Amino acid sequence: MRKFGHVLWLLVLVIVELLTLASTLLAVILTFGLGMVFVLPPQVRMIRWVAEVTRDLVRASAGIVIEPPYLPKPPPPQPQADGLYRSHRTLYKSPRMPAWNNLWNWLITDPATWRDGLWLLLDPFIKLMLLPLLILLPGRGLRLYGLWCELLLAATASSRLAGQVNRLNRVRNLAVDTQAAEMRRIERDLHDGTQARLVALGMTIGAAEQLMESDPNAARALMAKAREASAETLTELRRVIRGIHPPVLAERGLGDAVRALAIDSPLRVSVEVDLPHRPESPVEAAAYFAVSELLANAARHGGAESVEIDISGNGQNLRITVTDDGWGGADPAKGSGLSGIERRLAAFDGVMAVHSPPGGPTTVTMELPKVLPQHWAGDLPKLPRWKMITVLFLWSTAWCPLFPQGIVAGVFKLIDFEEKSWFLALYLPEPWQWPTIAFMILLGTAMFVAAVAIPAHHKEAPRAPRPLAGNMGFC
Amino acid sequence: MNRVLVAEDLYLLRDGLVRLLQAYGFDVVAAVESGPELLKGLVELRPDVSVVDVRLPPTFTDEGLQAALQARTKVPGLPILVLSQHVEQLYARELLADGSGGIGYLLKDRVFNAEQFIDAVRRVAAGGTAMDPEVISKLLASNAKNEPLAALTPREREVLEQMAEGRSNAAISQRLYLSESAVAKHTAGIFGKLGLAPSDDDNRRVLAVLAYLNSR
Repeated sequence: MRKFGHVLWLLVLVIVELLTLASTLLAVILTFGLGMVFVLPPQVRMIRWVAEVTRDLVRASAGIVIEPPYLPKPPPPQPQADGLYRSHRTLYKSPRMPAWNNLWNWLITDPATWRDGLWLLLDPFIKLMLLPLLILLPGRGLRLYGLWCELLLAATASSRLAGQVNRLNRVRNLAVDTQAAEMRRIERDLHDGTQARLVALGMTIGAAEQLMESDPNAARALMAKAREASAETLTELRRVIRGIHPPVLAERGLGDAVRALAIDSPLRVSVEVDLPHRPESPVEAAAYFAVSELLANAARHGGAESVEIDISGNGQNLRITVTDDGWGGADPAKGSGLSGIERRLAAFDGVMAVHSPPGGPTTVTMELPKVLPQHWAGDLPKLPRWKMITVLFLWSTAWCPLFPQGIVAGVFKLIDFEEKSWFLALYLPEPWQWPTIAFMILLGTAMFVAAVAIPAHHKEAPRAPRPLAGNMGFC
Repeated sequence: MNRVLVAEDLYLLRDGLVRLLQAYGFDVVAAVESGPELLKGLVELRPDVSVVDVRLPPTFTDEGLQAALQARTKVPGLPILVLSQHVEQLYARELLADGSGGIGYLLKDRVFNAEQFIDAVRRVAAGGTAMDPEVISKLLASNAKNEPLAALTPREREVLEQMAEGRSNAAISQRLYLSESAVAKHTAGIFGKLGLAPSDDDNRRVLAVLAYLNSR
């Protein structure tokens, strides 16, 4: 009965489609004949609405999910530094014209707009042709109709690619911006700090040189001052280096670098790390700075006393959870720190989820997909030696029972080939031949299965916690 | 008491360290530039004290630190002074974990002040400790919420810092311009407030304080 309901809806939609078609024809004439361009965008939107309703209907009636293929809407125009808005090579005082241009381009250049138009033109005829089927066999008819709609209303490979390119572009821009900002920060640090100090140091040494003859005591005092200044410069430089790439991270990797952060933090921080392999260094750095930022946030704004950090690999994904017992209410939209983390993670397709109800606790979960190296071969040497030898033995010998002694012998027997060659089964008395062949095939298969299963099982077995150097018993 | 091994990969620094140590009457028995050489030298030569850079070839990570830790598991209490361009509490903990003293961990900048650096080398050679002031200040900062520490007077805090860096009462009195008896009074006060058992042995006392600060 519901199917007939769907069919009825489809037929009602025909009326809407015909009306839309008529108004579309009118709009096209007005736009391209009389230049009344402003009527086209609402018309395109109307067609999209009809298409969307049809997509919903197809999903409900035939279970065919059709993704909308449209390109993402252009962002609102941003003013330049001088307050003017730029569209191609023209400057505008108000954002209205650039916004209109963007809208026009967005609608006209999207191939989905034209495919929608074609669909609208043909759909009433198709419905008419399918009408007998829709009434007699509504299930089949609706399915067929769904397939027709999918043909023109679904996202094409190219529009899907266009969407992906769009997203990648955005991510790349973000990554480039973030990196440029980092570079500027480092440049400023070096320029205002280290460089200035070195200049001062050079001047002090120069002054001491001048005084060496006339006033050795004053020169000595200046040299002592220069030594102090050089120590200060080193301290400053260390701070800058820490901001670029923390030395512990380079020396020990993510786990110990986060442990070092935990020790330095005034909060009670417990760290749980379960990473079989070190991720790539840019990933480590992004994860490290994210955790560092979250720890600082928890201490500064969150009123937290203890923090739990959990870093683990989930397949190839890196997952980091930071939970604090502060008063909650953290919001990525408000805090620049959290949005900074999001930007950093975006470069690796990473996502961040913040759960921070007022009153706490705050849990921030970050996931970086496909960033952990997958070491299949790298896991093999970790097998105990006897398992290793067994696996090698299985791989090197399993072919023998399976192929020559099993399958080939079986084929020889089937076609009654004269030659016995070295096939064991064929030398045995007749009643034993088939069972031996079957046994050989089973044996070979079992050996292959075992050769695959032993390392795979070893890999899945719970990993013993990595022994940590030194006293790690803090919490 | 003065056979010393130097491990540093940069030629200029290695040369400078060797000259400095020789100028103060040390006998440099080996100057090595990589992790494996260092471990071999430490275990085979058993120098009275070694001055070791954290970052060494072949991996340029924490080769020197690992060699030092490994050598000390083979030769417990082997005196080693670790130098680094940066100090980490994490590394300080690892070095102090065996609780046997004869360990030092200083920033490379401390070499600038030759007297104090040599003093630290001698202290480590004698089984004492030499912790960088930066390690200690970070340690105290991360213990900021520790109640007994907050109850110390400013003077006692100063004495505690000096003590945690590894100095004896006599050395502290010199540095803070106090009489030795005043320092003894302050240390007694500190140990009482922190609930530690007092000890006359300087080295053991320093290790107790560091263990206390690291126990958080």
